[in-house]
Amino acid sequence: MIRTLLAVTRRDLLLGMRQRGDLANVLLFFVIVVVMFPLGVGPDKDMLRQIAPGIVWVAALLSAILSLGRLFALDHADGTLEQILISGQPLSVAVLGKISAHWLMTGAPITLLSLLLAQFFDLPAVPTVTLAASLLLGTPALSLIGAVGAALTLGLRGGGVLVTLLVLPLYVPILICGALAVESSASGLSPQPYLMVLGGLSLGAAALAPWAIAAALRVSLE
Amino acid sequence: MHWASWQDFWAMGGSGPFVWGAYGMAALALLAEITLVRARLRRARDTVLRTAPWPKEPQP
Amino acid sequence: MQIETARPSSFGFHRFAAPPEFYRLAGRLVPWFGSLAAVLAVFGLYLGFFVAPTDFQQGEVYRIIFIHVPAAWMSMFIYAIMAFWAGVGLAFNTRMSSMWACALAPTGALMTFLALWTGALWGRPAWGTYWAWDARMTSYLILLFLYIGFMALHAAIDDPRRADRAAGVLALVGVVNLPIIYFSVQWWNSLHQGASISLTRAPTMAATMLEAMFVMMFALWMYSIAAALARARAILLERERRSGWAQAAAKE
Repeated sequence: MIRTLLAVTRRDLLLGMRQRGDLANVLLFFVIVVVMFPLGVGPDKDMLRQIAPGIVWVAALLSAILSLGRLFALDHADGTLEQILISGQPLSVAVLGKISAHWLMTGAPITLLSLLLAQFFDLPAVPTVTLAASLLLGTPALSLIGAVGAALTLGLRGGGVLVTLLVLPLYVPILICGALAVESSASGLSPQPYLMVLGGLSLGAAALAPWAIAAALRVSLE
Repeated sequence: MHWASWQDFWAMGGSGPFVWGAYGMAALALLAEITLVRARLRRARDTVLRTAPWPKEPQP
Repeated sequence: MQIETARPSSFGFHRFAAPPEFYRLAGRLVPWFGSLAAVLAVFGLYLGFFVAPTDFQQGEVYRIIFIHVPAAWMSMFIYAIMAFWAGVGLAFNTRMSSMWACALAPTGALMTFLALWTGALWGRPAWGTYWAWDARMTSYLILLFLYIGFMALHAAIDDPRRADRAAGVLALVGVVNLPIIYFSVQWWNSLHQGASISLTRAPTMAATMLEAMFVMMFALWMYSIAAALARARAILLERERRSGWAQAAAKE
């Protein structure tokens, strides 16, 4: 099973790296959205420092949703997904492999970028680290839950917007905990409870989502 | 029964527009739902009548 | 190829799982549930407006509670029932279960909308603002999106079986997440506002207020059943329009 997991992850990473442009677009989107907000609300440092966690997190959510389009659609288009389905390997393991690759190509870079973007909001050092930590712990859940939406809407017309509608309500707990973690850190309190909840949400999603995704894929591919 | 008059009843102690705005929307929404479901049933019936049934199996 | 639905001649309730029997039974039940709902609503509104006293703090405007709380409760109750039947349809491959979930969804969404609307109109006079991002109202808003997502996903898929099952997966995922969403929103709300105000906090309830509220809850429950049964009939005709029983039933 581990071999399947690693094989699928490696394959998706290779394919993703061959089309680096797509991934760069997602990260570019992330940066642009974050930069748009100060342009919209004004450069007041104190206000920006206050709303920074929410902005970065919302931008991360939207970027995650944007990147979901590639998760299953490409393999579905050339029949690889069906091959995986009938390959005899447990579908949930293959799914976990694809999502791991997806996270390495979106969630991980977003986490690193947040360290840079925090400077646009003049976030002090400790909340900046907390921001990155919260994204590190929360983005896996974003990939996992988003994959459920991507699997359900495979091949549908208007899929991209529909996925957004389906998945954003489910993202709310992650958003809330992520933003609260940074805010509590900024006001001098320990962000530990929020970070632990975030980690718990990601672990819970890792445990449960693969089943839902496998079921959704079977529904979409039959 | 503690309304001094119908005037008082409609006024609802000053918050009449809010109370009746709430109940009014509720009545409107429920009536709209009933109307829409009935229309849907009627349309479904019409569609069935216009649709050809499954062809019968040829009898041996 | 005539696909005749089975007509078991049993006395058990199972026979109503077949479309023609369900269609007929639902047709007979709708007027009963509807009339019951109407009677209960009249009684409940009478209790609420003419028996329940004026509230010490909120005056008369609290009377919105008699429609707000029942609508809110039904919105959550219907979602749970809908998810249950969608799950049954997924697990046992029964079309009727999924059909029933589809019949419930719009009614549930309507109840959620009413909860939001009446809550906003209660909030303005009682707390000074139509919307205050309090925990419960925000959760109802997200619930509305969950309902709309269910209906949108179902509508976007042409194949009815795939649509049923995809929406079923979504409903189950939603129902599992609903408590998580609710508690996280509560957490969010309490931490951002210090003492958490509830925009639509009920006054200390006199017995008559509680009675009126429960009667109205029952009324909306009966109404929801009637509306869903009626909608289910339409859905059945739409789905089975080529079958013999539907052709016969439409001519009646």
